[in-house]
Amino acid sequence: MPQLETFYEVMRRQGITRRSFLKYCSLTAAALGLGPTYAPQIAHAMETKQRTPVLWLHGLECTCCSESFIRSAHPLVKDVVLSMISLDYDDTLMASAGHQAEAILEETIQKYKGEYILAVEGNPPLNEDGMFCIVGGKPFLDQLKHAAKDAKAVIAWGSCASWGCVQAARPNPTQAVPIHKVITDKPIIKVPGCPPIAEVMTGVITYMLTFGKLPELDRQGRPKMFYGQRIHDKCYRRPHFDAGQFVEEWDDEGARKGYCLYKVGCKGPTTYNACSTVRWNEGISFPIQAGHGCIGCSEDGFWDKGSFYERLSNIPQFGIEKNADEIGTAVAGAVGTAIAAHAAVSAVKRATAKGDQE
Amino acid sequence: MSDELKQRKQTAVYVYEAPLRLWHWVTVFSIVTLCVTGYFIGSPLPSQPGEAIDNYLMGYIRFAHFTAGYILAIAFIGRIYWAFVGNSHARELFLVPLFSGKWWKEVGHELRWYLFLEKTPRKYIGHNPLGQLAMFFFFVLGNTFMIFTGFALYGEGLGAGSWADQWFGWIIPMMGQSQDVHTWHHLGMWYLITFVMIHVYVAIREDIMSRQSLISTMVGGWRMFKDDRPD
Repeated sequence: MPQLETFYEVMRRQGITRRSFLKYCSLTAAALGLGPTYAPQIAHAMETKQRTPVLWLHGLECTCCSESFIRSAHPLVKDVVLSMISLDYDDTLMASAGHQAEAILEETIQKYKGEYILAVEGNPPLNEDGMFCIVGGKPFLDQLKHAAKDAKAVIAWGSCASWGCVQAARPNPTQAVPIHKVITDKPIIKVPGCPPIAEVMTGVITYMLTFGKLPELDRQGRPKMFYGQRIHDKCYRRPHFDAGQFVEEWDDEGARKGYCLYKVGCKGPTTYNACSTVRWNEGISFPIQAGHGCIGCSEDGFWDKGSFYERLSNIPQFGIEKNADEIGTAVAGAVGTAIAAHAAVSAVKRATAKGDQE
Repeated sequence: MSDELKQRKQTAVYVYEAPLRLWHWVTVFSIVTLCVTGYFIGSPLPSQPGEAIDNYLMGYIRFAHFTAGYILAIAFIGRIYWAFVGNSHARELFLVPLFSGKWWKEVGHELRWYLFLEKTPRKYIGHNPLGQLAMFFFFVLGNTFMIFTGFALYGEGLGAGSWADQWFGWIIPMMGQSQDVHTWHHLGMWYLITFVMIHVYVAIREDIMSRQSLISTMVGGWRMFKDDRPD
C-alpha cells in the first residue's frame, strides 16, 4: 500500500496547532460518549495511523447528506474529517469530472483493495436493470456492486441508503432498495436521517478511523451512540407530554407555550436519532424546538405512515386509508350490530320454542 | 366426553378451580384498564391547564397501562402454569384438538346452533368446541400478541439493553419500525375488544339458552346442568 500521511501530519500541514489538535481529540472523545480517558488514545491513533481512503458514491438521492456533512458544526471537525479521510472519489465534491473522475474511482479500488471505506449516499433502483440511475454511462447498481466488492466496510449515509426513503415510498416505480439488499457480504453501518446530523456523520467516521472498527451497532445496524434513544426520550418538551399538555392545533395557546407536539403528529416517540441532544446547525435548534413535530425522517418507511400531522399511522391495506381506531370502531360497530341482531333472533326463537322446554 | 356424560347423573360439576377463576377476573380488570388507558395514550385527553410541574396526567395514564400490562402478563404466565398443574379443563385453552374429526363435527354442530339450525345445544362440562376454538384464536393468540408487542414498546422506554429490550426488542425490526409496532398493538386492542364483545354476549346468551350455567361457573367454579337428558 502506498505511503499516506497520518491524520496528524495532515492537520499540522493545514496549520492546526498541537494544542488545537489535542482539544479536538478530547472533544471527539466526548462527542462519541467515550469519556476523557479515550482522548490520548484518539490522539495516538491520529498521530500514527495513515489516512483511510474513502470512496463516496451517489445513487438515487438529493445530496442532502453531503450538504449536511460539509456543514459539520465544529469547524475543526469539518477540516479534520474532510482532510483525514482521503476522499478520493466523491462526484459532487471532487475537482475532476468525467472520464478523469471515473479513472480515479478505478485506481482507488485497485490500489487499496480491501482497505478503503465505501460511503454510499442514495440507493440503487433495480427496475429495468437499474436504468433509472446512470452514473458515468453505466447503471449505478453496477458501480455500487463493483465498488463494494473490495471495500473494508460500507457506510450507508442517510435514509436513502439505509431504508430507501422517498424514492422507495409507495408505489416505488423504480424499485429503489436500500443498499443492504444489494451488498450482502460486507459490514454495513447505517446512518439514517434525511439528512443525518452532520456531527453524527463526522462522529461515525472519526470513530471508524480512530479505532479501526465499526462502532457498536443496534439490531438494525445503526451506531448505538447516536441512535440508541428516541427523540422523545431526550426531548425538552417531554415534561409537557407527561403532564398531558399538548398543542391541540397550530397557533393555539399550547403552541405559544411550547407544549408537546404529540397530538399534531410528532413522531418523536417512535424515532431513533440524536436531534434532541446534538441538535442542528452548531446545536442551535431542531424541528421540535422550532415548533414543528418530528416527522421521523430517520425511520424506515417514514413517508408511508400517513400524515406528518397525525399521531396514528395510516393503514392503506383496506382500500381507503384508515387508522387503527377507524378500522377498530368499524369492526366493533359491525360486531355490535351483529350481536344485537343475533340476540333479537335468539329471543324470538326462545319465545316461540318455550313450549318445547320442560 | 359425551359417553361419560350419558351416564352422568349429577347436575353440578366443579370445573373452574379457584386460581383459574381468580386469573379470569384479574385478566378482565387488566384488559379493561389496558384498553381505556391505551386508547388515551394513542389519543390523549384535552390539554391540562396550569404548569407542567403541577400535572402528570399522561404519566399516570401510562403508569396504569404499564402496571396493568405487567399484571396481565404475569397472570397469563400463571395461567399457563395452571394448565400444567390444574384439572383437565385448565388445558382446554391451550390444547385445541385441531386434528380430531369428531371435535370438528361438534364445532359444526355448535355453529349450526348459533345459526339457529339446531333445536338444542349439547351439554359440555368445559368449553364447547366452538368456544374453545374462539378462545384460542381470539384470546390466547391475541393476548400473547399484545404481551409481546406491548413489552417490545415498553422496552423502548426502558432503553436499549433493558430486559424488555433484550427479550422483546427483536419484534420492532421484525415489524418494520417502532411506529408499525404501535399500529399493530393498537389494532390488537380492537381485536381484543371484539373478542370481549362476543365473549360477553355469548356467555350471557349461553347462560340463558344453553343447558348449563356459564356466568355463575366463572364466579363459583361449579357447572350446573339444567336438565338430565343425555348430552
